Amino acid sequence: MDETLLSARGLSLSFGPVTALADVDAELWPGEVLAIVGESGSGKTTLLNVLSGRVAADAGVVWYRDPAGRLQDVHAMPAPALRALHRSDWGFVHQNPRDNLRMNVSAGGNVGERLMAQGARHYGRIREEASAWLQQVEIDPSRMDDMPRTFSGGMLQRLQIARTLVTHPRLVFMDEPTGGLDVSVQARLLDLIRTLVARLGIAVVLVTHDLAVARLLAQRVMVMQRGRVVEQGLTDQVLDDPQHPYTQLLVSSVLQA
Amino acid sequence: MIGYNFAYLDEQTKRMIRRALLKAVAIPGHQVPFGSREMPLPYGWGTGGIQVTAAVLGRQDVLKVIDQGADDTTNAVSIRRFFARTAGVATTTHTAEATVIQTRHRIPEQALREDQIIVYQVPQPEPLSKLEPSRAETRRMHALAEYGPMHVKLYEDITRYGHIAISYDYPVMVNGRYLMSPSPIPAFDNPKLDMMPALQLFGAGREKRIYAIPPYTEVRSLDFDDHPFRATRAPHACGLCGATDSYLDEVVTDDRGGRLFVCSDTDHCETRRAAGHVGEQAMAAE
Amino acid sequence: MLQARGLAKHFTLHLRGGVRLDVLRDVDLEVRAGECVALAGPSGAGKSTLLRALYGNYRVDGGEIRIRHEGAMVDIASAAPREVVAVRARTLGYVSQFLRVVPRVSALDIVAEAVREASPEEARARAAALLRRLNIPTRLHALPPATFSGGEQQRVNLARGFIGDHPVLLLDEPTASLDGANRDIVVEMIGAAKARGVAIVGIFHDTAVRDAVADRLLHVNPLQDAA
Repeated sequence: MDETLLSARGLSLSFGPVTALADVDAELWPGEVLAIVGESGSGKTTLLNVLSGRVAADAGVVWYRDPAGRLQDVHAMPAPALRALHRSDWGFVHQNPRDNLRMNVSAGGNVGERLMAQGARHYGRIREEASAWLQQVEIDPSRMDDMPRTFSGGMLQRLQIARTLVTHPRLVFMDEPTGGLDVSVQARLLDLIRTLVARLGIAVVLVTHDLAVARLLAQRVMVMQRGRVVEQGLTDQVLDDPQHPYTQLLVSSVLQA
Repeated sequence: MIGYNFAYLDEQTKRMIRRALLKAVAIPGHQVPFGSREMPLPYGWGTGGIQVTAAVLGRQDVLKVIDQGADDTTNAVSIRRFFARTAGVATTTHTAEATVIQTRHRIPEQALREDQIIVYQVPQPEPLSKLEPSRAETRRMHALAEYGPMHVKLYEDITRYGHIAISYDYPVMVNGRYLMSPSPIPAFDNPKLDMMPALQLFGAGREKRIYAIPPYTEVRSLDFDDHPFRATRAPHACGLCGATDSYLDEVVTDDRGGRLFVCSDTDHCETRRAAGHVGEQAMAAE
Repeated sequence: MLQARGLAKHFTLHLRGGVRLDVLRDVDLEVRAGECVALAGPSGAGKSTLLRALYGNYRVDGGEIRIRHEGAMVDIASAAPREVVAVRARTLGYVSQFLRVVPRVSALDIVAEAVREASPEEARARAAALLRRLNIPTRLHALPPATFSGGEQQRVNLARGFIGDHPVLLLDEPTASLDGANRDIVVEMIGAAKARGVAIVGIFHDTAVRDAVADRLLHVNPLQDAA
């Protein structure tokens, strides 16, 4: 527990004249949920993509401690190793589940894919596992052979989560996982993510513009503005006692229900 | 034939194709791009196979050409005549006599030998093409041996139909490394690919790809432990030669629902009949 | 168990032109195991701010807050966030005035989640027992408390705070919206916790409750207005 799972130093990235990341450091410990908050354009999704090795930074380094305890420079890893990492030890939950799911493959096949990619070759056991995961994300296993296009938005998002978690990743990146969903559906999904993450001890880097989501899921939060981390710390401390003007603005802009 | 080089293609082109073939043999199952030439027949008629055959053919070779197992269909007859005229090589319909066999959609029933080469005509060399439309992405998948989606397809088949519903062009793993399309041969023929003593060459003219399986290479049909691959055939005996272990074609014989199952490999059937085997239909006709 | 020295806290309101509000200055506090210290002073004097600072919810600008956590002293004021998370998980409990409702989670699970080192079944059994003791009828246990009355929510909150059995407990107006009978139960629970050696810091609006549970008072005095 005393070693970071992921640590980044001095990440910088510009798109032409636009600074997406400016000298960003980040650390994540095993089993910890870190929220990255900020408005659109603050660089939070870019940071997520750089941390997960999907986008290269202009400067800086991202270290990941693999299951064998070795430190891996994420951006220097050979493509096969990085892709293997994304298929097994890591997961990525997209805002739009259609970006991740195969819409012309049954729910069970979607969940089973990562298992098959890892070499699972027993149809019956793949189905058992898929069925168990559908139950975990509160999808009736009798829907296992149905196509995702017959699912609601909330179900699709839960299906994406099952598909991601089936290989028991240690680290999951989430990009606005509750964005674009109805409020009641959001609540259910948040509760599900919260429960699964706590039970499985998964470390999560969560990008959200919704401070309530950060408060519910994350122990720590990083506030980003124009590519910089302006404030970070314990989630409740940052949200209840914000120090930076920008954080105070964000917190005070939230509607109280 | 005057005005043409031996076997139609110029020597530079043949060399280019042979270099691609050597690379293909060195990396079993891997698709090698090559500069496919315009041939005097349309794509889909075996332009890839013809170019490979032209590149490997020597003056002493004996050529056999089959289409769906038959030596006497238009495509087979045309290609056989093409090489008889442009290369002047001997041709045969007997599998045992041939040194080079060009085929569309079948492997002869008679086991091939080390001194034979079989050339397959391939319409679509990419086994992942139906799952992943991007060429760049399928190349990456091959490079990283990411074949999960192919198994997802098999999984979906079992889920939907109770079995793997691929009756031809059944995907295989070559030498434990590359996923390969065996060309549209029936799944029945897949076991013949494995550890075959003959050299197997595959040519796709329109898609400009060549690949190969060297002799005695392991070729496994994809499957699941609890749904193993099974080579299936129509559950009949050949109406002409009585064979019960060959791949059969169904022939409609009249407009009253009459039909006949006969060996798709015409040479195999004729050889058996010459040896005295008689099927039910042939018996009834006598 | 808890030792705070020279605490100082001010708020800078950037949205109001950078107005600076000084709330705490030079606050010292020490609480031993089994002792209950009540914070006293007029409203707005900074009692809640002090309590939140002790919990690490508010950042202090000066001083230290040392808490005995698994045999060692940890300074909440300077500890890394994840150390604070660990201290809160195992040592430092907090009962706020209001329950922060988690959508869709039942009252029973809200309490059971706070049970430490027990199987899920045992955690639920203990949670149910404590909720019943606080007069939350069993028929409500399976419901999310969002629709509960203020008093019911407060009692769910108390159950959640007490069930973790933390060695140090911070109570912010725990009996504010409770009737007499329930107030007495809470007084009883605080007494039992003290007997187990729990160190408690609390804000008790109700002087009867305060007199019943507090061993000492710490007066928190309002500072002069913005300097």
